[in-house]
Amino acid sequence: MDQIINDLSHHIRLNKGFFLWMGFLALAFLACLYAYIQQLRYGLGVAGIRDYISWGLYISNFVFFVASSLIGMLISAVLGLIGLAYVFLYARFQSPILWDVTVITTYFVISLLLLFLPMIPDMAVLYKRFANLPSWLKPVYKVLSLNWTDHPEQNRIIHRSIYILLILIIPAALSIHTVTSWLFALTVRPGWDSTIFGPYFVSGAFVAGSAAVIIAMFFFRKNYKLQDYLTDLHFNNMGKVLVLVAFVYLYFNINEYLVPGYKLKRADAVHLKELMSGHFALTFWLVQVGGLLIPIVLMLFRKMRKPLPLTLISIVVLIAAWFKRYLIVVPAMAHPFLPVQHVPDNFKVYSPTLIEIAITLLSFILVLIIITLISKFFPVIPVVETAKEKGLDPLKSNES
Amino acid sequence: MDENTVENRDEQDPSKSSRRNFLKNIGLLGAGVAAGAGALYSGDIFEKKKAATGESRVLLTQDNKLVEVDSLELKALSKNPTKLMLEKGREGIEGRRWVMVIDLSKCRNARRCIAACQEAHQLKPEQYHLNTLQMQDSPGTAPYQMPKNCQHCDNPPCVSVCPVDATYKRGDGIVLIDNERCIGCRFCMAACPYSARIFHWTAPKDSDKHHGEAYNVELNVPQKLGTISKCLFSADRCREGKLPYCVSACPNGVYYFGDENEDAVTNGTTKETVRLSKLLRDNGAYQLMPELGTKPRVYYLPPKNRLFPFEPATDESPKEG
Repeated sequence: MDQIINDLSHHIRLNKGFFLWMGFLALAFLACLYAYIQQLRYGLGVAGIRDYISWGLYISNFVFFVASSLIGMLISAVLGLIGLAYVFLYARFQSPILWDVTVITTYFVISLLLLFLPMIPDMAVLYKRFANLPSWLKPVYKVLSLNWTDHPEQNRIIHRSIYILLILIIPAALSIHTVTSWLFALTVRPGWDSTIFGPYFVSGAFVAGSAAVIIAMFFFRKNYKLQDYLTDLHFNNMGKVLVLVAFVYLYFNINEYLVPGYKLKRADAVHLKELMSGHFALTFWLVQVGGLLIPIVLMLFRKMRKPLPLTLISIVVLIAAWFKRYLIVVPAMAHPFLPVQHVPDNFKVYSPTLIEIAITLLSFILVLIIITLISKFFPVIPVVETAKEKGLDPLKSNES
Repeated sequence: MDENTVENRDEQDPSKSSRRNFLKNIGLLGAGVAAGAGALYSGDIFEKKKAATGESRVLLTQDNKLVEVDSLELKALSKNPTKLMLEKGREGIEGRRWVMVIDLSKCRNARRCIAACQEAHQLKPEQYHLNTLQMQDSPGTAPYQMPKNCQHCDNPPCVSVCPVDATYKRGDGIVLIDNERCIGCRFCMAACPYSARIFHWTAPKDSDKHHGEAYNVELNVPQKLGTISKCLFSADRCREGKLPYCVSACPNGVYYFGDENEDAVTNGTTKETVRLSKLLRDNGAYQLMPELGTKPRVYYLPPKNRLFPFEPATDESPKEG
């Protein structure tokens, strides 16, 4: 039992590596924060977005984060979630933005509860039995353990709650991806005006989310020496999941491009031409072939579902997923129905500025900081659950 | 009000009536003295003011009636003027349904409409509430110049998507923006199929000069950094019974503007008023992309029988200011 506790919790300490890594993150954070302050001061003009392409990196990045937040549904131990919350004094309920904020907040709360509830018994066990628990973390663990005594009634309540939350999060997760897709699909723009955008985004989120889980698994396993608990079998299974969801996504991609591509209505034709042979062609083909088709073929082979190759493939898939969001957002704005005339050249073609890129990086740095902090202070893999799976009773063995 | 309540209570509870009556009488006496003093004082002020000004002024009321008021009776409203204009601007001008007709056979791309519009709304050269586009529908058809502004749709996609009710549709057909509410999400820009909206990416033109001025929602000035702007059908001019800035500025008789309910539109150049339905019927009028279901309030007359050749725009695109 002590073996399990030590294995799964020995990373809960502040070592030199942690301070170096956090110092690096903090410096990068400050540099990017400066860019954000510039934007607050001088307005969005410091970014490359203008009147026609008015949603650029920021919205692409937002959609990407919403997509990878499906990670929250896929893993229960660690997650970094980015949620946006506006304060609405005057709300118009038919606006999809309001729906989006509502479902994202709901999803965020459910995810937070799902992260916290299974950790309650762990807090109690580690508080009592983990000798190396930093002294300043002890009171935190004590409070968070909510007086857990492993009483059958407590177990009944917590299992019931987790069960209910696990069911609730499914419609919530489906909602956030569907409603986020509606931010685009509820307009008449060619490239967005599509009836399959909901499931297209849901399946895309499964691809990005699974890839993110695999990458997280790999780094936790390596950094926190969890080889005995995150085995090759786990990676093999996650590889199979990724292949399956990537196939579904491929199917939606074929529908999304082939159907308008066959009819070639005027506005659709301009949009598809720009994507496939115009300004965005290189990115488009790299994303579709390099980021979706080739990974699917590779992952069909068992050898490619070993931890290292699978992680490398997942990194490619996740980067492609980011650019895919960019390809969904930007090209559709570059070609509105009416011609773009008598405006400066930077209104016609979008190129992100340095400040814009720094602010986008800021969000990634923030995610890394949150994940690092959570994984440094709390167990990555549920201790009690693992013990019980091996037929051990963590609190009882303590008493005997 | 207070006195009434006191009296009512007196009737219900006669035991306390004498004391109440006493207090009431004292109160009445006090009120009488105060009123008398007030009357004397205001009479004094009246005399003083009369000597100072004492002239009558002609004013336009909110419902578009001219009234004559003695300047002495004018007093500044304690209400914040921005708030007052915002409230007024939410309601359309009663009984009106504004409509615009653009005769493409007359447009020679003089762009005077644009200049007048940008002047009135404090816009930079690259910011258009109204732009003239060089159009060619298909390779076989003739090119033409097309002024394009906000279509003031009766089914406006921009209004539906706004999360904070900043952009709204009024009873008189005009779609306006309240830049005090706008959070700058630009969803309306994404939703508009006519690319009618602009955003203040950088500090608006002369923003330091206009800083602190009361915000007029019907003119959308002063313009505000980080908010949306667009054509307003010159809502401020409509309220005064005048034609919009662009319509009055056109030298070529392109624009007609008027009221659908009256079935009458006035040409901004010739000042000739014609029957709207007849104008649309006789000239084969059409709307921009009506298949999208937006129900625009701007009609176009086709570019036929032009007495001048099409000249591609030679002016350079403005630099970003």
